[in-house]
Amino acid sequence: MKRVGVVALNTFREAVRDRVLYNLVFFALLMIAAAILVGQISIGIEQSVIVSLGLSAISLIGLLISVFIGVALVSKEMDKRTLYALLSKPVRRWEFLLGKFGGLVLTLAVNTAAMALGLFLAMLYVKHSLERSDSSVLIAVYFIWLKLALVVALALLFSCFTTPLLAILFTTGLYIVGLYVQELRDLPVEVLSPAMAAFTKWLSFLLPNFENFNVMAMAAHGRAIPGSLILNNTLYTMIYCAIVLTATVVVFSRRNLK
Amino acid sequence: MPVPAIETENLTKEYPFGFLHLKKRTSLEGLNMQVEMGEVFGFIGPNGAGKSTTIKLLMGLIFPTEGDARILGKPISDVEMHRDIGYLPEQPYFYDYLTAAEVLDYFARFHDLSAADRKERVQKMLKKVGLETAGKIQLRKYSKGMLQRVGLAQAILHDPKVVILDEPMSGLDPVGRREVRDIILELKRDGQTVMFSTHVLSDAEMLCDRVGVIVGGKLRGTGAPGQLVEMKTQGMEVLFELPGTSNSPLVAKATRTGERYRLEVTEEELYAAIDQLRAAGARILAVSQVKATLEEFFMNLVEADRAQAAAVEVSEK
Repeated sequence: MKRVGVVALNTFREAVRDRVLYNLVFFALLMIAAAILVGQISIGIEQSVIVSLGLSAISLIGLLISVFIGVALVSKEMDKRTLYALLSKPVRRWEFLLGKFGGLVLTLAVNTAAMALGLFLAMLYVKHSLERSDSSVLIAVYFIWLKLALVVALALLFSCFTTPLLAILFTTGLYIVGLYVQELRDLPVEVLSPAMAAFTKWLSFLLPNFENFNVMAMAAHGRAIPGSLILNNTLYTMIYCAIVLTATVVVFSRRNLK
Repeated sequence: MPVPAIETENLTKEYPFGFLHLKKRTSLEGLNMQVEMGEVFGFIGPNGAGKSTTIKLLMGLIFPTEGDARILGKPISDVEMHRDIGYLPEQPYFYDYLTAAEVLDYFARFHDLSAADRKERVQKMLKKVGLETAGKIQLRKYSKGMLQRVGLAQAILHDPKVVILDEPMSGLDPVGRREVRDIILELKRDGQTVMFSTHVLSDAEMLCDRVGVIVGGKLRGTGAPGQLVEMKTQGMEVLFELPGTSNSPLVAKATRTGERYRLEVTEEELYAAIDQLRAAGARILAVSQVKATLEEFFMNLVEADRAQAAAVEVSEK
């Protein structure tokens, strides 16, 4: 596992040196502008506007990083052939993959945490105080981070057997489909044949369910998020990531580098 | 019996191509080769001959279609064996957001070296490859030759028993080439085994205990550079000066450079030729053996391969 850590830390260092964290400047500016504007135009709904805007921005920026950098994690190493020298060291391909995954998830953790701090500062500016119920915003940020980890795992999988462009399309497509998994599961049986109903149900369990991670409305209104949802989402992400990463390792371990 | 440093058995690599990947192109065909411990082995062949394919197979970057290979007696699939191997990829490229010192330190971490040991080795290597003053510059600002030096440094950083270098002289100026040659000889003196690929034959002639010649994915011969070239018929060269002119047919056959003439004859014809030249008033300056060079041997193989490929193409039509 030490080698996984070495690769992960280098991936984090790459993100920092390639100025990925500069997005925080954009987020900070957005939060400052929002906090000032919200105070002037909304009456009584400052909290929900600022939280909704903040969480949406955290999610969107995180998704862009996860998809684009997630796809480039391995494909760039293969394309530039930086991987050759690394794999000539006593490093297994799965250690390299886990390290790359861990490095980007760490980067996203730092990035998301910094943005969450920005959001809380904006909330403090608007409301002049923080309450206990604001902890649901923190949980919403945690759910975004879990969701991003899952997106990174998918991006990594696709980038191991297809071109970067297709990998971006597949990952984005799967993310969008994953937002509507519940609808797929709840399709009225009467409009479908029994076989089709069984298929859509089976498919809805196979596809990543991103809908469960969206608690923005609850956080915006300061409603408590149930502990069972926190546990479920954490376990779901861990298990789903483990399955996707195992598939990635299987694909990548057999791949001939060009 | 000592274990060979590198050993391949019927190593074959085919690449599928075409829309449905139904056609196959053979990059390497049934390679059987051994590199002994402590020797410098040159793997020579024209571009696209299968040199890099062989090296990538040995390093586990691609997988063989058939056959097997062992390094230090261990199968190439054994990643732990990489502790004892150093590898320089062809036209190496490294993380350009790191400095040379950082990249070497990064690679050293995979060899379980202590922080103090890593620091010492990194400095030593930077000095060895002539980058001690550029060690703190990000690699994105490096020239191709400087990257090649970083590549060489990371290959030998951990004192490997076997060093595999893919085109180590590529991209280097004459000074750099000389330095790489010195490093290879130094590795040999330290008892390390070096296998390097090149298409620069003078490098192979100068450095190698043995060479393997690969053309068109097939190994065409292995042996000491001297042994290989003896396969070609040798001749004799006569260097002479001739004041005035002469009608001798031998003089007409000779190549003139200024006042001097150079004539190539067979060993049997030598004495008769000298007599005739002296009779024509020539002053003999030197008589020497014409040794076939590795280049001639190599070119003969390449031309034979091209002729064969052309014949196959005609017969297929």
